[in-house]
Amino acid sequence: MRALDLDYMLGLVPVILGYVPLTLFMASVAMVCALVLASLLAVERVIRVPGLDWLVMLFISFFRGTPLLVQLFLFYYGLPQVLSFLAQINGVTAAIMGLTLHFSAYMAEAIRAAIIGVDRSQWEAAQSIGMTPAQMMRRIVLPQAGRIAAPTLVNYFIDMIKGTSLAFTLGVTEMMGATQKEAAGSFLYFEAFLVVAILYWIIVETLNQGQKQLETYLNKAYAR
Amino acid sequence: MISIRGLTKRFGGTTVLDAIDLDIADGERVVVIGSSGTGKSTLLRCVNFLDRPDAGTIAVGDVVVDAERASKRDMLALRRATAFVFQNYALFANKTAKENIMEALVTVQRRPKDEAERRALAVLAETGLAEKADSYPSALSGGQQQRVGIGRAMAIGADLMLFDEPTSALDPEWVGEVLDLMRRVAEQRQTMLIVTHEMQFAREIADRVVFMDGGRIVEAGPPDQVLDTPKDERLRRFLRRVA
Repeated sequence: MRALDLDYMLGLVPVILGYVPLTLFMASVAMVCALVLASLLAVERVIRVPGLDWLVMLFISFFRGTPLLVQLFLFYYGLPQVLSFLAQINGVTAAIMGLTLHFSAYMAEAIRAAIIGVDRSQWEAAQSIGMTPAQMMRRIVLPQAGRIAAPTLVNYFIDMIKGTSLAFTLGVTEMMGATQKEAAGSFLYFEAFLVVAILYWIIVETLNQGQKQLETYLNKAYAR
Repeated sequence: MISIRGLTKRFGGTTVLDAIDLDIADGERVVVIGSSGTGKSTLLRCVNFLDRPDAGTIAVGDVVVDAERASKRDMLALRRATAFVFQNYALFANKTAKENIMEALVTVQRRPKDEAERRALAVLAETGLAEKADSYPSALSGGQQQRVGIGRAMAIGADLMLFDEPTSALDPEWVGEVLDLMRRVAEQRQTMLIVTHEMQFAREIADRVVFMDGGRIVEAGPPDQVLDTPKDERLRRFLRRVA
């Protein structure tokens, strides 16, 4: 057993912090795209468009049923061999695409459950004033479903941030990739990976605090 | 003028509405009475297409809808010509009292937001809830929620207002204020079709009382005639029970 090289660890912190923006960028863009895609998938699962339903179910089944790492490899190393227009795809884009598709499958199920959880009377009130189905979804049902699904969706965002670490396998130098390079130079693997672990942990805990505030905000209409 | 012809609704093998014919003149107040499960609420819900009727026609103003051939556009047109007040209020939980009233004006009628807001505030003042404009439904009492629910229906300016047992879910202490508001709506010569168990209110407000049993209209006429000199035995039994 040897002592931890604390000086090395402290020196590593600002180096890895420099890659936090890229990690957050990938997670944030993927989250926004996944939210939009998941909402569309969830609405389809609720209203069941004939001819589209089986496709949506297949999509959700595939992206929930295969590992994220396998999906990333499929996009980055596999697909460009078949689809030539993807030959120029870079690691960051591939990672964002993979995270989007993977997490939208999970989030679609969470949003679908939340939509079903919106009280029947809310749907009927929207119908009674002559709203079209699209207006009803956008103005009444989805906002209320969003509140129900919010804690679960924040959890998926947290998973997504951690999931960006897999982008280093596509050659992206993000937090994990940068740490890997540093460790390979210093051979201080324990110190290096401990630092990156703590930094991920701090990011996630900060988000957990944000989640509490988000829930307070979303619940303002329901407070007695 | 509202004209309902042969309106029929079946749930599974049960006929809940059996070829109902009903005409309502402009400004007329019609109260529907009857025991539970006789099709009163289904009648209202079919007129608004919340439940899709199996047969019959509904004409509200210029909108004529044949149940068997109704397109989505027909359905929307009919819903926009009518306004519905629910037993359980059904205010939009994610919107304030004011926004609940504005919603139909802005989203459905495509009116400018400031105009809709002025209209909503005016309606809220009429319901006596001006100071609750920015309150969410969860912060309102049952009576207040139902008054907003009535306000939401008033603001639409519909040809026909449908009230589905508007006081049945209320604590007794809130019933009076809701009935008071409905009286004020009636004074404006709004055409109303009301399902209620409040017999005294029916007598006072109705131009015509309709008694339903087994999915049919059994007896109809002015309130004193129907309530004081009932002809049908089923109506007599019903009135004895609720008296």
